[in-house]
Amino acid sequence: MSNRASAPPNERYTLPMPAPDLQTLRDRYLNQRVGPYIAWNVVSRTQIWQWCAAMGDENPAYLGAETATAPPTMLQSWTFRDVHGKYAPGSTDANTYEVLGKFDELGFFGSVAVSYDQTYHQPLLEGDRIHSYSTIVDISDWKDTGLGKGSFVTEHAEYFNQRDELCGEARITYLKYQPAKQASSEPPTAVKKILRIRPVENHDSAHYWQGLREGKLLLQQCSECQTLRHPPQPMCESCQSINWTTLEASGAGTVHSYTAIHYPEIPPFDYPNIIVLVDLHEGVRLASQLIGCKPDDINIGDRVQANIQEVEEGLSLPLFEVIGK
Amino acid sequence: MTTPQLSMLKPGEILPALEIPITATQIVSGALASQDFEDVHHDKAAANGKGTPDIFMNILTTNGLVGRYLTDWAGPQSSIQRIKLSLGVPNFPGDCMVLSGAVVSIEDAVVEVSFKGKNGLGNHVSGSAWLQLPTSPEQEND
Repeated sequence: MSNRASAPPNERYTLPMPAPDLQTLRDRYLNQRVGPYIAWNVVSRTQIWQWCAAMGDENPAYLGAETATAPPTMLQSWTFRDVHGKYAPGSTDANTYEVLGKFDELGFFGSVAVSYDQTYHQPLLEGDRIHSYSTIVDISDWKDTGLGKGSFVTEHAEYFNQRDELCGEARITYLKYQPAKQASSEPPTAVKKILRIRPVENHDSAHYWQGLREGKLLLQQCSECQTLRHPPQPMCESCQSINWTTLEASGAGTVHSYTAIHYPEIPPFDYPNIIVLVDLHEGVRLASQLIGCKPDDINIGDRVQANIQEVEEGLSLPLFEVIGK
Repeated sequence: MTTPQLSMLKPGEILPALEIPITATQIVSGALASQDFEDVHHDKAAANGKGTPDIFMNILTTNGLVGRYLTDWAGPQSSIQRIKLSLGVPNFPGDCMVLSGAVVSIEDAVVEVSFKGKNGLGNHVSGSAWLQLPTSPEQEND
């Protein structure tokens, strides 16, 4: 019995296009060393300058001497195709990326470079003419990725100078994917920055968040028995009074405990993300973030001080810094 | 530029952070400098057609910025031996990428650094690099 057969026609349930047979692609394209690809131009001061300017790289090692030296990170760019997709004269007619085109034809037209591993053996100097060879070394099984179903294709490229000396090597992995259907038919047009989850500000807690926006760490204090409490709550635990006022805390305290989160890294937080329980001098305990230190340097009982910072527009938090052992 | 002294370096040492504002100009100038004419790095309509909200930075520009970040710290006498990186979320115009790093290990004169570049969507890039640093005779004779 098939649900799909009985379901009304609906774009969401369109069958994906047939996936290319990976084994056929592997048999055809894996481990074929293709080349040479000849650089359009010798390594030149002009291209190095253009690169350094774009990167904001002022390292005098590149342009400071009589003979310019290329930043090693330029490696792959020397033997690229020109703007029309043409390789320089003398290059092989074979196309390393033919395999990527096979994915395109079958609807796996999405293409992103996902990883890069380059080893630089010797510097490229002004006047050097580079040529390269390229080998497809891996075509992964199908994977479901955040971008859509796809396969990772890995290329190994070798770069030589005019004396046939190996100057550098790169392993580049591309994801060829079938873009996942968007939730709406409109293409996305705005980039949405990921923000912290905002606290609920209500009758019993708004004073705390508003106080922080004004640079003050305000604790609830019972109007009847003067007991302090945190986090904010409607009623005093000691005398059950619902009448309260606030007391501005000094922000000084000691580390009661902490934990350091290393992985997974979830935006927008910085990692390692150190979460701390602080015993404030006033006598209540508060959970926050510890900043400006490494996890290994923290001890239970360390003295800390709140530093109220606007972490995002309209959201201020008491972040703590270690000020003494 | 104060460069790190090899003999003073220790694993865990933090590299100063570097903020790179991500603009369309930055993305396009990097794509041109790296001879990368893929349309998604300069043509917003084409990028929209491939399901992304805007043009985005190409991997070579990311690589170049990482290289700059490493040698801004290690100095002009250093040389990058190897960079191994993975890309995460894209660098879109209007965002800002903060590069950070730390020394992982030191073997002979080669320093391994772990790095990452974080933007408003998460980690754009993370990886490891190996740099050869100059050995300073004065330092070693101390």
